[in-house]
Amino acid sequence: MMDMRAQSAPVSTTSIKCENVWKVFGATPAEFEQAGGPEMDAEALQRKGWTAAVRDATFDISTGEVFVIMGLSGSGKSTIVRCLSRLIEPTNGRILVEGADLLKASPAELNDIRRRKMGMVFQHFALLPNRNVLGNIGFPLQIQGMPRAEYEARAREMVELVGLKGREDHFPDELSGGQQQRVGIARSLASDPAIWFLDEPFSALDPLIRSDLQDELLRLQQQLAKTVVFITHDLDEAIKIADRIAIMEEGRIVQIGSPEDLILHPANDYVSRFTRGVPRAKVVRAKTIMRPVDADEGEATAFVGPNDRIADVAEVLLQSGNLIAVRDDAGRTHGVIDREAFIRVLAGA
Amino acid sequence: MAHADISRQSGQQLWSSPSTRALIFLALLSSAVWLGPTWTRVIPDALTFPIATTVGDALNWFAREATINGLAVKDMTRAVASFFDYIIESVVIVLSKGIYTGRGLNVTQAVPPLSWFAIAGAMVIAAYRFGGRSLAVVCAVCLGFLVIFGLWENAMVTLASVLVSVLLAMAIGLILGIWSYRSSNVENVTRGIMNVMQTVPIFSYLVPTLLLFGYGPSAALFATVLYALPPMVHNTVLALKSVPAEVTESGKMMGCHPRQLLWKVQLPAALAKLAVGMNQTIMMTLNMVIIASMIGAGGLGFDVLRALRKLDIGSGLEAGMGIVALAVVLDRLSQAAAHRAAHGQHRKPGQLPLWQLLAGWLVIATVAALVVGPLQSWPAAWQVSTAEFWNAAVTWINKELFDVLEAFRNFALLSVMRPFSAFLAAAPWTLVIGSVAALACVLGGWRLAALCTGFGMFIVITGYWAPAMNSVYLITISVTLAVLMGYPIGFWLATRPKAQGTAGFVLDTLQTLPTLVYLLPAVMLFRIGDVSAVIAVTLYATAPAVRYAMVGMAQVPKARLEAAEIAGATRWQTLIWVRLPSALPTLLIGINQTIMMAFSMLIIAALVGTKDLGQEVLIALNRSLVGEGIVAGLCVACLALICDALLKAAAARATSPARSRAQ
Ligand SMILES: Nc1ncnc2c1ncn2[C@@H]1O[C@H](COP(=O)(O)OP(=O)(O)OP(=O)(O)O)[C@@H](O)[C@H]1O
Ligand SMILES: [Mg+2]
Repeated sequence: MMDMRAQSAPVSTTSIKCENVWKVFGATPAEFEQAGGPEMDAEALQRKGWTAAVRDATFDISTGEVFVIMGLSGSGKSTIVRCLSRLIEPTNGRILVEGADLLKASPAELNDIRRRKMGMVFQHFALLPNRNVLGNIGFPLQIQGMPRAEYEARAREMVELVGLKGREDHFPDELSGGQQQRVGIARSLASDPAIWFLDEPFSALDPLIRSDLQDELLRLQQQLAKTVVFITHDLDEAIKIADRIAIMEEGRIVQIGSPEDLILHPANDYVSRFTRGVPRAKVVRAKTIMRPVDADEGEATAFVGPNDRIADVAEVLLQSGNLIAVRDDAGRTHGVIDREAFIRVLAGA
Repeated sequence: MAHADISRQSGQQLWSSPSTRALIFLALLSSAVWLGPTWTRVIPDALTFPIATTVGDALNWFAREATINGLAVKDMTRAVASFFDYIIESVVIVLSKGIYTGRGLNVTQAVPPLSWFAIAGAMVIAAYRFGGRSLAVVCAVCLGFLVIFGLWENAMVTLASVLVSVLLAMAIGLILGIWSYRSSNVENVTRGIMNVMQTVPIFSYLVPTLLLFGYGPSAALFATVLYALPPMVHNTVLALKSVPAEVTESGKMMGCHPRQLLWKVQLPAALAKLAVGMNQTIMMTLNMVIIASMIGAGGLGFDVLRALRKLDIGSGLEAGMGIVALAVVLDRLSQAAAHRAAHGQHRKPGQLPLWQLLAGWLVIATVAALVVGPLQSWPAAWQVSTAEFWNAAVTWINKELFDVLEAFRNFALLSVMRPFSAFLAAAPWTLVIGSVAALACVLGGWRLAALCTGFGMFIVITGYWAPAMNSVYLITISVTLAVLMGYPIGFWLATRPKAQGTAGFVLDTLQTLPTLVYLLPAVMLFRIGDVSAVIAVTLYATAPAVRYAMVGMAQVPKARLEAAEIAGATRWQTLIWVRLPSALPTLLIGINQTIMMAFSMLIIAALVGTKDLGQEVLIALNRSLVGEGIVAGLCVACLALICDALLKAAAARATSPARSRAQ
């Protein structure tokens, strides 16, 4: 599953570009600018009685990438994702969505961008209690003025996509939490947006349902290849779905990298405390620990794929001699892993 | 708590504590009143101004002679009145009267109104859809009662007024509420106005509308809409504020325009909370429509009023029970409908949409009623009346129980009520206002004291001091009784979770009954007079007391109770030392609510012959004295606002020490 997604993610075009974005609650942009703007440190902000929920956030998200933002409660995750859609007006900085300056868009243009390019899933579902499943999913299309027959047909497609067939006329009160979030997902995808925001979409669900929905999300993403901005405070969840993870601490993004990067090379203490409990073998991929083939070495007797996680291919280790080849589907050998390196990862925390 | 504070303070601070200063102030004031000139004891003429007359003249001029842009106000109001008369009349024609042709003796009904069979059936069908079998049965029984006892036509007249008023009140309330939600300046203004409006007694609304719109249904309509507006506005703001931020955000993310956001996202998401306001609006409307029969609304209220005036208890009780039946149907049906609208429930396979079902039913039932006469209008010969029975019961009571009742009445009057009323009447006005101000100062500081003094002085200046003291006396006795009865019941219910369901139902029903209904049993037992008034007010005000006592007790944190239990406290000790202190703020607010309910009932109780402010308003109403009606009504509002301010300050004080200690 992982392999396919990793392969299908093109790395070329930038979907969202975030440059030095600040969100300071309590201050207008002018006040913030006057008080020192981006130069202000934590103390200066505190003296003013302002809350800097996002400080100097800079990152690019590529088209089709799954970008996860992680952090403790209150670290500014929700604020940053709302800045990206201007539900919250950033205090400073620049945001480009598919090349266009989001912060310069007029209200009508902004509405248009949200209608056509963005979808969002909320932690507590945010369904309308007076509309049934079909009504909720079709709602974003209805307000765009689509004729009833059309939006209902599209809503039915979405119902099927998220596996709620047969419940079209149920109301939110008649659904379980997991089912409600499926409706939320279907609604956010109804207008086929290119960018998909999810703010802790599974946090309000119990663990088994959460895991189901994570799988569901991966399945959908494989099919639809959206640009995904996913908020969570659960590292396991982040590792399971992320291409890259950004870790936030008190409004600042302290590290951005692949799950392996974060675990193998944490930028600071905060990050390493986050990642300490994660078994490395479940994260590290074969290609990360392979080394080039030495000419004088013997033939490898076992193979793994470059994106295979070490823990998943432990079987192979049992059958192998000393050398394990890393080979892609086309049969090209990228490198080799010796038994020792393999075991070191397995044994490591 | 105050004692504990004082004991901890050093001698120096003791002298500067507000309570001590207030006591010293009062001591000085009483000696000054005792020794000083007469004007400190009896309000001098120089201090009262003919405000009522001035207001009355101004309003009369406005209503009769003023012109705006060359258009006479009188013509405008009359035009508006006839427009709304026309609307109400059309609804009455559909529900109750039908269309007549011909003149004089040749009048014939050309088109009958919707038959009772059609209307009642439709309501029962809707009840079944919304609330299942039990609600359908409740509605069927209540509506059947109206039909069998021959109250149907009048009930439909009342229903017509209620429908039109409710729609108008909801529409205006919704608009004002949305406006207030969007702008905090507007909210401050509307909140202020609405707070005063809620304390102005019900009759006071009738006087100016009568002046502006003349005797008839539309004057009643305006009074009703005004009266029912505040809860609708208040609840709309609350409901909109309670919409989760995520829901609003989801609307924005889907690209809603501001109007779409409000009408398609926020209002539907607020519907469950809005429904509370709608239900309150409906019940207040019903209450007011009943009262407004005094100025020409007609319907069931008129029967009760006539019966009260003629002391024909039997037919009064019957019409009163008709009101109860209508109230129960409206309350339960509107609640269930609102719940359904807010939450939704999918249709089972094969179920028709409700509107198709109802339309189909109306057609079938109308055809059936045209064929089968009794389905159109219930034959007089089949009507049952229990009026005779009730009148006989009253006669029996007066004969057999006369000694007991009379002994009770005399005891209450001579030993409690008269002395207390005489005491208040004789109390020097300066001392009364001074005491209130001192209390206000202790509870809430100087500004509160100034506010209360201002309200008190208004009563002095307008010359309504004596009837106001009479109101204070009636309110004090009734509220004391209501709290003494209601609080123990509430405490007891709090420990019996099983009884709470039933109790909730009874309380709900009691609180939905229009105020007028409460007078009937009191008059039946104690004839006209203060005792009846006190009993009616007490009956009406007990329900909120019970409810707040229950809520207050239920809010006591479990951990504190367990701690007391482990410490080995007896039930009494737990009640006194743990439960009551924790529940104190809620209990104080409960007393406040009880007082507010008592005030609203006290005004109605003027109908059974009190001598208080309510009577002044009633007299003004009967004689069309606009100024007097309004000013006396404002005096009631002043009394209510003083009580409200004092008790809210007390409740705030009871809450805050607990919070500061916890930190
Ligand atoms: N409207 C607001 N006004 C003032 N401060 C706010 C506002 N919204 C958020 N904050 C503050 O900004 C900071 C970041 O909040 P944010 O909701 O983005 O955190 P979060 O990472 O999403 O936390 P959680 O995991 O609890 O959702 C917090 O300190 C919060 O108190
Ligand atoms: Mg959040």
